[in-house]
Amino acid sequence: MKLAYYPGCTMKTDAKNFDESTYSSAEALGIELIEPTRWNCCGTVHALAKDNVMNYLAPIRNLIRVEQMNEEELVDDKRVVTQCAMCYNTLKRANLAAKADPDKMGKIRDIMEKEPNYQGSVSVVHMLELIKGLGWDEFKSKVVKPLDGLKVSPYYGCLLLRPREYGIDDPDHPTVMEDLIEALGAEVVDNPYKAKCCGAYHAVHMKEVAADLSHRILRQAQEAGAELIVTACPLCQFNLGDRQDEIKKHQREFEGIPVVYYTQLMALAFGKEGTGFEQNVPDPVRVLEEKGLL
Amino acid sequence: MSTGASGLYFTFKPENAAFKAKVEELSGENIDLCFQCGACSSSCPLTGEMDLLPSTVIRYAQLGLAEVLESKTPWICITCFNCEIRCPRGIDIANVMEAIREMVLRTKYDKFTLDELTPEELRELPQIAIISNQRKLTA
Amino acid sequence: MGKNESEMVTIHVMGKKHEVPADLTIMKAMEYAGHQFRRGAGCRGGYCGACAAMYRVKGSYKLQGALACQKIVEDGMYIAQIPFSPAEKITYDLSELRPDANTFLEYYPEISRCLSCNTCTKACPQDIQVMDYVQASLRGDVEEAAKLSFDCISCGLCAVRCPAEIVPYNVGQLARRLNSRYVMGPTEHVLKRVEEVEAGEFDADIDELKASDKKTLQDRYENREVKL
Repeated sequence: MKLAYYPGCTMKTDAKNFDESTYSSAEALGIELIEPTRWNCCGTVHALAKDNVMNYLAPIRNLIRVEQMNEEELVDDKRVVTQCAMCYNTLKRANLAAKADPDKMGKIRDIMEKEPNYQGSVSVVHMLELIKGLGWDEFKSKVVKPLDGLKVSPYYGCLLLRPREYGIDDPDHPTVMEDLIEALGAEVVDNPYKAKCCGAYHAVHMKEVAADLSHRILRQAQEAGAELIVTACPLCQFNLGDRQDEIKKHQREFEGIPVVYYTQLMALAFGKEGTGFEQNVPDPVRVLEEKGLL
Repeated sequence: MSTGASGLYFTFKPENAAFKAKVEELSGENIDLCFQCGACSSSCPLTGEMDLLPSTVIRYAQLGLAEVLESKTPWICITCFNCEIRCPRGIDIANVMEAIREMVLRTKYDKFTLDELTPEELRELPQIAIISNQRKLTA
Repeated sequence: MGKNESEMVTIHVMGKKHEVPADLTIMKAMEYAGHQFRRGAGCRGGYCGACAAMYRVKGSYKLQGALACQKIVEDGMYIAQIPFSPAEKITYDLSELRPDANTFLEYYPEISRCLSCNTCTKACPQDIQVMDYVQASLRGDVEEAAKLSFDCISCGLCAVRCPAEIVPYNVGQLARRLNSRYVMGPTEHVLKRVEEVEAGEFDADIDELKASDKKTLQDRYENREVKL
């Protein structure tokens, strides 16, 4: 199956391990991901003010690229898969809001005069939705190295599940990540904070606030017995993982816990290269080696 | 409150109506639906940093009180949408917060400029953090 | 009036109306009308980027950017010169930089504000895909940014128009510098030639030229092999 794949800026740099493990785990599932040849930053996060038009240009431009890919028969259908939860939310919301408002769509087309008109045919899906659609039996059949004995806590973050209308799962009782972890052979450690905000963009100018929110999430997972936490968003990964040093400044007793992208565990369990663990902070290799998985 | 000497009496003047209408227009929300149940405030992860609770901000907006533009709360809001999924009347409180932010930002005023970041911070932060930060804090 | 009377058109320069020959460039038309260029004129050949100008044509709302020395006037043109666009000269030591996204973010963090609105591309007189190279820089794709911004002459029209207050030509400059230093690597053929010169391989030829008289030099020059 050939599908259009929209990576987002951060996937090519700070979240390269997410991007690489996405490609390798998708390959195992028989999905060929194809990026548009020309794409731009999606302009995360979605602009909530109802009169905003400018912030729609960036996401809609990307959707036009996907329509062009369809015309050139580079991909099998009109879906675009994203991995970054923030890009997913931004593209999806812009798509639906523009399609529902012909007036706004007209303005968008006017400003983007040099582009072909967006026909509104593209639908935005997140990789987890795609995986769920394949069926868990199919998914399990690709596992060559079950992650036995690894205690993993899921972390959804905000924009995968909320607002309710755009979420990929029930925001109160999501299950897709837990199902995925189990299907990989690992043990799910539930965390009541699995869908609480990590602090997101407060990491830029209100570091301590973001560190505090992230700390709560990490500590809940640790107290429940988790050895590893999985994320689906580069900003969540940054706040929960890279910023653990910042957390330690405010919480002396906090001991680090590794945080990885869920696709990295998929690539590991599917026996594929490109797990990208060297890029993760803090280092997850020790825990994985102790479990005999590396 | 600037609306009356004792604070117990409040007259809904035209400027209050205009402010309320602007908030409703920008947010697309019918804020009259709010009956102050407080579910949004109890679900909000950042009330500890705020000066007004989210439900109080809605109350200010219902009364058309422009003072709410000076509150810290809309800037502490991280648009996590916990309030949206909890509201029993279907109001997206995060949209109201954004409306208030926009009313401040559109007066040619950026809440946080990148000049304030050190080179070390700029080297460390992933693009996604800076991009989303600027989306919410500048016009 | 001369034998070949050219057709005249009406233009407005900085708000003042002038009748000028229709086949002149904006720059020549302005000089015809009596303007003296103290700023905003350079090579007059479309290469230095000094003569950036903005104009509208009567009946159209479209705001266009052009190089005054290249663009031919049109009837009903309203012209303003943009002799300078304010941009800080940010200094960096190229040898200390890494060719990645965070280098761009460190010196030009405002690229994160790019709305992908394409206003910069529309303003560019060199037909460069400005938005695309700013986006490439935001992704850390130094090579693509350098390739796309190659024709940039730093005229400043993109910077004047950008709603996110980015100065794209500076970003492109950094991309090209990073690209040539870190991605393309050193120019081997030049370094090799320098070595050869320093080893004295051309000393005899140079001495011969120095000893020749003017006529010999002239003959040699006129009959030299020219590789196009």
